[in-house]
Amino acid sequence: MTVINGTQRPDFAAIARTVHRNAHVLDLGCGDGTLLKYLQQTRDITGYGVEIDDGNILACVKNGVNVIQSDLERGLSEFEDNSFDFVVLSQTLQAMRNTERIMKEMLRVGRAGIVTFPNFGYWKNRVQVLLGHMPVSKKLPFEWFNTPNIHLCTVSDFEKFCDERGINIVARTVLTDGKPVTSLPNLLGELAVYHFGG
Amino acid sequence: MRESIKEPENSVGVVTPQTARFAEPLVLRGGTVLRDYELVYETYGELNADRSNAVLVCHALNASHHVAGYYADAPDNVGWWDNMIGPGKPLDTRRFFVIGVNNIGGCHGSTGPLSVNSDTGRTWGGDFPVITVEDWVDAQARLADQLGISQFAAVMGGSLGAMQALAWSIRYPQRLRHSIVIACAPNLSAQNIAFNEVARQAIITDPDFNDGHYLAKGTAPKRGLRVARMVGHITYLSDDEMANKFGRQLKHDKLNYNFDTEFQIESYLRHQGNKFADHFDANTYLRITKVLDYFDPALEHGGDLTKALKKVASSVLVISFATDWRFSPERSREIVHALLDNRVRVTYAEIDAPHGHDAFLLDDPRYHRLVAAYFERVHREIES
Repeated sequence: MTVINGTQRPDFAAIARTVHRNAHVLDLGCGDGTLLKYLQQTRDITGYGVEIDDGNILACVKNGVNVIQSDLERGLSEFEDNSFDFVVLSQTLQAMRNTERIMKEMLRVGRAGIVTFPNFGYWKNRVQVLLGHMPVSKKLPFEWFNTPNIHLCTVSDFEKFCDERGINIVARTVLTDGKPVTSLPNLLGELAVYHFGG
Repeated sequence: MRESIKEPENSVGVVTPQTARFAEPLVLRGGTVLRDYELVYETYGELNADRSNAVLVCHALNASHHVAGYYADAPDNVGWWDNMIGPGKPLDTRRFFVIGVNNIGGCHGSTGPLSVNSDTGRTWGGDFPVITVEDWVDAQARLADQLGISQFAAVMGGSLGAMQALAWSIRYPQRLRHSIVIACAPNLSAQNIAFNEVARQAIITDPDFNDGHYLAKGTAPKRGLRVARMVGHITYLSDDEMANKFGRQLKHDKLNYNFDTEFQIESYLRHQGNKFADHFDANTYLRITKVLDYFDPALEHGGDLTKALKKVASSVLVISFATDWRFSPERSREIVHALLDNRVRVTYAEIDAPHGHDAFLLDDPRYHRLVAAYFERVHREIES
């Protein structure tokens, strides 16, 4: 069995620091199940991934991760209220059509939510826009014409969004090259990790 | 001639059915007691030293214990799930000891309407009791006892077979590690029951039915059984699949404006009906449709499936097929929802196959790859 370390995806380590041991976790848009496997190994969590893609479902089974094939855009009707300690949406928020609805659903089925997204306000993105181009980087590896990221936002945008909807932000970690950024996060942070809800 | 028959790929090869006898009475859900009974079964692969690699494969409506391989004297008689089970196949017989069993009430050798009732010395015929999924599972559990298997690595089935796999995880939660539930429903819908009732009425109203005692009378309700099978067959295929396969293709090169077969679909259904009526017992068919109708684990929990699945201790793999309208993906999602409520280790996949309910018997690569990967996980578990 391959052991996954937190450096594979910098947000994983940040998520693992938030998730307590033996927590029941739902990972929305879980991909090949790497995060859940990492949390199983480091935090002894239980839980499920939700995925739409056939290839990722197969990869989850190979990774020993329980996964439910479902379209997040249709909501989380399979899941009861407050049935998870944490609901994670890792680098998927920006690709969701109905951002508000998924945030609401996360808070319905989970006692707390964790969202990670690439910060569009990161200075390197701003430079590319200033130079007249849509940003392309390691965190935003797509061109404007093929990107699934239809709802990109900045750290400031997300906090305003939460504030306006009464969503309580418990903690924020902003990372660049996997290291926490303490000052000017909206300018110097590449990746944002938010813990919100209860 | 034998030399000309090509050995099927990755086949378990020649298989021989065996018979297990049970002297302990089986109390059926309907109240009748079967004083003694027999189960015919086949096995493939080797049981390992700690008896942890056994997989029970449960059959659906019209199948039998002959799940894989072929018979020495009938090489064309290949098991009904041979594409799934064998060396190198998704359920790999080099790793697992696989058991196929003909259920009580069947017509392939296990005690059923064709058997002699030991109380009367006469063939059961129409007097054979009505049975349920739970009765079947209880009988299978005794077969497991006899084979020295205290816990299955997995119990697996499609359609009615999946209902048995689910019932196993409810009734004997500690006796299986995994339940593999394919193209299932937590109970039959009114429409499902309606189709079954049409099938039953076709058989029962056949003048050759004779209240089920047709064997004693030297008749057989073949016309009724044929119609029953034709109706059933329509529900196994998707509309698209039928359109692709047959469309409005004609049997002959022009329309004849009479009641002979005009369209290919009519010809196909008649062929399926005839083939079936020649080898299947009408009393068994009647009872198996009742087995389906009665299946409803939530019933004794006030309709609450979550409560019904509370005791499930196994992991569960649920698979549905997008074009299955007999047991649609929504029905599988009901099962998944209830398992999630109970924090069962469940994985759910919805395969976008075009073939309708029958897809569970076919070899869509996404479906087979998934089952193979799942059994890889089961294998790792029992090895560690």
